[in-house]
Amino acid sequence: MHLHKYEKIWLVFGIGSLILFMVILGYGAFWKGTHPQSHGQIIDPNNVEAYDAFKPENLGVTKVDEGRYVVNIVASAFNYDFGVDDEGNALKHLRIPKGSNVLFQITSPDVVHGFNVAGTNVNMMVEPGYVSKMETVLDTPGEYTIVCNEYCGVGHHLMFGTLEVYE
Amino acid sequence: MGLAKAETTEKQEIGAYPIADKSKKLYMSFMYVTFGSLLIGGLMGLLQTLVRSGKITLPWGIGYYQILTVHGVILALVMTTFFIIGFQFTLMEKSVGMSDKQRKLGWLSFWVMLIGTIIAATIVLLGKASVLYTFYAPLKGHPLFYIGLALVIIGSWIAAFVNWHQVAVWKKKHPGEKTPLPAFMVTINMIMWFIASLGVAVAVLVQFIPWSLGYASTINVLLSRTLFWYFGHPLVYFWLLPAYMTWYVIIPKIIGGKIFSDALARMSFVLLLFFSIPVGFHHQLTEPGIHPTWKFIQVALTMMVVIPTLMTAFSMFATFEITGRKKGATGMFGWLKKLPWKDVRFLAPFIGMVGFIPGGAGGIINASHQLNTVVHNTIWVTGHFHLTVAFVVILTFFGVTYWLVPHLTGRKLTPQLNKLGIIQSIVWSTGMLIMSTSMHIQGLKGGPRRSEFSEYGGTAQAQEWIGYQLAQAVGGTILFIAILLMIYIFVKMAFFAPKGETAYPLAQEEPDADPTPAWFDNWKMWVGITVALILFAYSIPVFDLLQNSPPGSPPFAWPIGNQ
Amino acid sequence: MASETKKKHDNKKEPNLKGTLASVMFVLAFIVVSWFWVFGIFVTR
Repeated sequence: MHLHKYEKIWLVFGIGSLILFMVILGYGAFWKGTHPQSHGQIIDPNNVEAYDAFKPENLGVTKVDEGRYVVNIVASAFNYDFGVDDEGNALKHLRIPKGSNVLFQITSPDVVHGFNVAGTNVNMMVEPGYVSKMETVLDTPGEYTIVCNEYCGVGHHLMFGTLEVYE
Repeated sequence: MGLAKAETTEKQEIGAYPIADKSKKLYMSFMYVTFGSLLIGGLMGLLQTLVRSGKITLPWGIGYYQILTVHGVILALVMTTFFIIGFQFTLMEKSVGMSDKQRKLGWLSFWVMLIGTIIAATIVLLGKASVLYTFYAPLKGHPLFYIGLALVIIGSWIAAFVNWHQVAVWKKKHPGEKTPLPAFMVTINMIMWFIASLGVAVAVLVQFIPWSLGYASTINVLLSRTLFWYFGHPLVYFWLLPAYMTWYVIIPKIIGGKIFSDALARMSFVLLLFFSIPVGFHHQLTEPGIHPTWKFIQVALTMMVVIPTLMTAFSMFATFEITGRKKGATGMFGWLKKLPWKDVRFLAPFIGMVGFIPGGAGGIINASHQLNTVVHNTIWVTGHFHLTVAFVVILTFFGVTYWLVPHLTGRKLTPQLNKLGIIQSIVWSTGMLIMSTSMHIQGLKGGPRRSEFSEYGGTAQAQEWIGYQLAQAVGGTILFIAILLMIYIFVKMAFFAPKGETAYPLAQEEPDADPTPAWFDNWKMWVGITVALILFAYSIPVFDLLQNSPPGSPPFAWPIGNQ
Repeated sequence: MASETKKKHDNKKEPNLKGTLASVMFVLAFIVVSWFWVFGIFVTR
């Protein structure tokens, strides 16, 4: 099998670029910890409240330390449960101060959902039986739309919320 | 390799066999289903873009996700599979011949696939399986939906067995000769398709059907998704490889040239077989239950599957340049002027090839591990596969249609139809460019895929997305006009164009081309390496997910509007 | 046998593929630029 001289040059540059991509991705993933979420944490989808984070009183934003927050959410067809406010009304809006470290923890008691804070890297599949987790720092103030981006049924497009990053 | 009798093989004429009259009806049957599907699926696509613009709502209680399911199933699974199997049968009969018995089994594969399609489509149209073409558990569609899909796959397997038998019979008659290039490529594609669709067949037969019928109370969701994507990525290569076949063995003939390199074409197909299957995790990068190291390993294997495409890009340009220079082209790019721009058989696939530059670049981005979080399940992905499948692959298939259909019906592609085809290609490209580009941008801004029109509580982001959805409706409308044009051209070529002979354009090798090494016909080795790579990429993570499974999920029918 | 094939290569003039090399390098440039563009989005988000 004969390769033209130029094809050899082409393959060296082409494969070289792919290797470059892999080195950058590998450095980010294994040294900087920017893997896509993959905790493999198991939960009983029929009884998510057995898991502390998903008890009704623990849902929504919790400040755990100075500049450190945890956000617990139960995603079910067709609603994100962010917990309730002081009057017992369902929350649809999350607020996080700018520059905080935020850990999102989400699970589903029914079908597969998505969780995307649109315009950020917080983008996860939410599957029954697993806890989806992602830690991030939200640096840019503004209002972000939270959307379910995995088809979950006829009300899929009505499954949303908002997250405000404030100064 | 030591088993091969000779180190290399002799030249041979490619496509020495005529297509029998009896076969033509079979192949046209595949084409009728293809273009019928295009019309139905395309109409659904048009409706989707209009609904998403926020300007219209569907009448008579028709659900958005119902038509979305029809669109995905009928175009991604039905239209492509019927065209590919029909087209591959013609390549096989031209290059290795077909017996009466094989033709009968070809008919069987057609009918099994068609019956499966009708069953699945009926159930979807009745609104009993609005689960989209990925049918992710634990959403539960009607059992007949899964049974219909299983029949489509089983029908395609019959076609695969026939194709392999055709090669085996030919090889027996031609000991020591290399398998003709088109037959080699079809065999590779059908091996890939068979090994890959075993995954979805196991999911459907072992998991979905018993569970949807109530014989199993729960389903392992992550296992079903993993089996689906074990199939789902090679599925896109099953679409792409027939386009590559066209580029490697048809296009050189149409532009008046020769095959650039028989051996390199085979090499790229072998590499595509190796690396298109053990890569399914790159569709599951943002899922919680798979270890990130195994995701990364499959990302690396995905990068490997880019290499044969890099080789293909070089071969295509080289074919154009060598042919152009033989026709007297000079300078760096003079050969571009020598290409037959006014021949739709060339123009449509060529536009497709150009589309594969951004299409391929987008694919590398999608598969890039953590970069996937930027685009996962946003409408960027929809833009990506409309660019690759509905642009690159489908324009190439249209390019084939312009000579294949008249060849099969004994008619001519008239200059008027050729001109209409050129207009069709340009209209299609314009529509797809508008739609796909706006989908890519909206996706980068976070807009989700597979979603009916929604203002998402009136956020500023959602308002911005709607602007792009308007552009998609414009693109979708232009595309639908292009579909109507294509259907008109197809009907003309099938029934009304003047009678005459239309050539089946198969390119030959250069008379002094380097001989192809005989070890390319070592199928056991190719299958062995493929299986070894799959076992490497999947054994440990699948074992791990079975060991650490959460309780299974019961069926959920109410979210898709069923009881 | 192998040396014979090799000799054949040496005698045969390789086709002029300057335009091909330029074209594929343009393709690669497009891929690399697109990739780093989205990588930039990922890093800054």
